[in-house]
Amino acid sequence: MKVKNIVIAGLGGQGVLKASDILADAAFRAGFDVKKSELHGMSQRGGSVSSDVRYGECVLSPMVPPGEADVLVVLEPTQVEINRPTLRADGILIGPDAIAPDALKNKKSLNVALLGAISTVLDIPDEHWMAAMHANLAEKLHALNEQAFEIGRDAARARS
Amino acid sequence: MTGERLLLSGDDAVALAALHAGVRLGTGYPGTPSTEILETFDQLGGHAQWSPNEKVALEVGLGSAFAGARTIVTMKHVGLNVAADPLFTAAYTDLVGGLIVVSADDPGMASSQNEQDNRHYARAAALPMLEPTDSQQAYDFTWLGFEISERWKIPVILRLTTRVCHAKTVVRPRPALQTPPEPGFRRDVPARVMIPAYAKPAHLRLRQKLAEITAWNETEGPHQLTAGDARLGIVATGIAAVHAREAAPEASQLTVGLTYPLPLERIRAFAEGVERLVVIEEGDPVLVESLRAAGIPAEGKPEMYRFGELNVARVRRILASDTSPEAVPPKGKPPELCQGCSHRGVFETLRDLNCIVSGDIGCYTLGVLPPFSAMDTCVCMGASIGVGLGMRHVLPEEQARRVVSVIGDSTFVHSGITGLAEMVYNPPPTGHVVLILDNGTTAMTGQQEHPGTGRLLDHSPTGKISFEALAESMGVQNVHVVDSQKIETLRELVIDLLARNETSLVVTRQPCVLAAPKIRFYEKANAEQRATETCAADVVD
Ligand SMILES: Cc1ncc(C[n+]2csc(CCOP(=O)(O)OP(=O)(O)O)c2C)c(N)n1
Ligand code: SF4
Repeated sequence: MKVKNIVIAGLGGQGVLKASDILADAAFRAGFDVKKSELHGMSQRGGSVSSDVRYGECVLSPMVPPGEADVLVVLEPTQVEINRPTLRADGILIGPDAIAPDALKNKKSLNVALLGAISTVLDIPDEHWMAAMHANLAEKLHALNEQAFEIGRDAARARS
Repeated sequence: MTGERLLLSGDDAVALAALHAGVRLGTGYPGTPSTEILETFDQLGGHAQWSPNEKVALEVGLGSAFAGARTIVTMKHVGLNVAADPLFTAAYTDLVGGLIVVSADDPGMASSQNEQDNRHYARAAALPMLEPTDSQQAYDFTWLGFEISERWKIPVILRLTTRVCHAKTVVRPRPALQTPPEPGFRRDVPARVMIPAYAKPAHLRLRQKLAEITAWNETEGPHQLTAGDARLGIVATGIAAVHAREAAPEASQLTVGLTYPLPLERIRAFAEGVERLVVIEEGDPVLVESLRAAGIPAEGKPEMYRFGELNVARVRRILASDTSPEAVPPKGKPPELCQGCSHRGVFETLRDLNCIVSGDIGCYTLGVLPPFSAMDTCVCMGASIGVGLGMRHVLPEEQARRVVSVIGDSTFVHSGITGLAEMVYNPPPTGHVVLILDNGTTAMTGQQEHPGTGRLLDHSPTGKISFEALAESMGVQNVHVVDSQKIETLRELVIDLLARNETSLVVTRQPCVLAAPKIRFYEKANAEQRATETCAADVVD
């Protein structure tokens, strides 16, 4: 199987790294070889952040080469253009507008809602998404995020 | 935690291996990308401690290894500069417990002031160096590092880089060591007291150890050979090795794991079997120059690839000898001081007073950017005080009088105290003003404790250094503490102190807004703990 390349981008504090942790964990639980990489450090001070997740039978470099992302997820409108070069010519871009502005009870769960949206184009079974979400989020956030995930998934299905 | 398959960062893999290999003490000083190693080691139940700086961390680690315990010491690349003094002579000693020194380098400077390549240290200090390519190897090489360290009684450097530290990859751990060696003191003066009479034979011993490690590395070293097309042979190390495998899957590749001392004969044999030999390494041309010095004809990378991280695309360009200009990636949004950050008011004040600001490293370095633009120098941790004093000594009086040194609380403990001694001992004619921006945490690297917070790595209570009492006892003439939120008070105080020909220290105090809720939580928990202990004591009395 060809390696799947996903890049998640946004600003510090939006939960980019949390989202990529969940995605990587879900792929890992589904039995794939997985590598996930990003630059930490200054992200907590509100700067641009992006995280690469790659999975498949055998992943070598942990970084998605420029122009080779199959899916680019962006949490912040201003970050779309600066991340676009990472996307393959026929890659899928999922921006923050994939979710209707008032569909989410809590705006903080946009990261998980967008995971719901990309779950429709990735070959990771639902049970692994749920398990990964539970493992990476505090218990009191489970219900809210499960809901956000479904909202994102339904929105993506309605569009396609 | 054994028998499973885990998804771990390189840092977490090192921490897990340290636990499994029976490490009794982990010491270090925070620094991206190494910080998580000790934090995870603590969370897994290991004994981990933050030291005031890397030099002390290594000295504590060395004592622990002399006493027979497996020990790990962690730091970022520039931390090894601070720890270099003990490192170079520790190499001469004979250890009992295994000692691994983790150097986490930051090619590309994601979060550092330089991109020095610490592979030079292995050669300079004559210490074995292991370079993993992913988390599995980070795990395996930690185990191996202890074996090498104990077999040859020598410290081993585990060199990680940002992508190895922070990338999560799959790890299959092995069973934990059931009976780690018990510490105990055994006197061995010639092996541990480095006066010339003992150090001279010790240096000969060190070279003998390296010769033996080389021989072992040639036959049993942790290297990976990928058979492939004989037209292109790649020799690679670290993260660059996986980029190379992806960029040229058809090539033959030798990935070297123990990169100092090198298995040169093994590499020579590999070289003889391929038509074109290219070395793929991040940073300085360390490996390629070693091969050439040994008479192995190898191609290196064009100079432009010395700078920044490598990736698959750049390795493809190196293999194609492509030196055309690279596409510049679009600039992202730079970080900035958080809203409500206690550093903001201080830099607004210094900007408005037109100060010449000798700065230092931490979140507060962001004071250099607009809207503050209030920092004029930043070199290494602790430099603010010395650099400020140097300027004061030689600048014309009108300018000298405007010089202020600004240093964070963690940075002050790390390497600012000796700067203060310098100020008291060699005061410039105009005096000097030092500001400690005390936000109660090491914010920059993710809010670690330090000796000025009164809490340990795991946030439980311990002794606390008072900066103001310290400065007074050292003989600083004016010592003040102000609330960083009280901008007017701070402004008037700084104006007053700048006008005097005296030495002054101002501690501006207000917790980091991101850390404040956690600090309140730890303090409450610690107070409750103390209360129950007092009650228990009352009952016994
Ligand atoms: C020798 C060395 N060790 C570690 C680091 C990483 N580092 C940079 S600044 C800093 C400490 C920052 O803490 P503090 O001085 O309290 O400032 P704050 O970030 O809280 O504002 C650390 C650990 C470094 N740059 N150099
Ligand atoms: S993390 Fe703390 S010290 Fe750093 S910018 Fe934010 S508030 Fe300021």
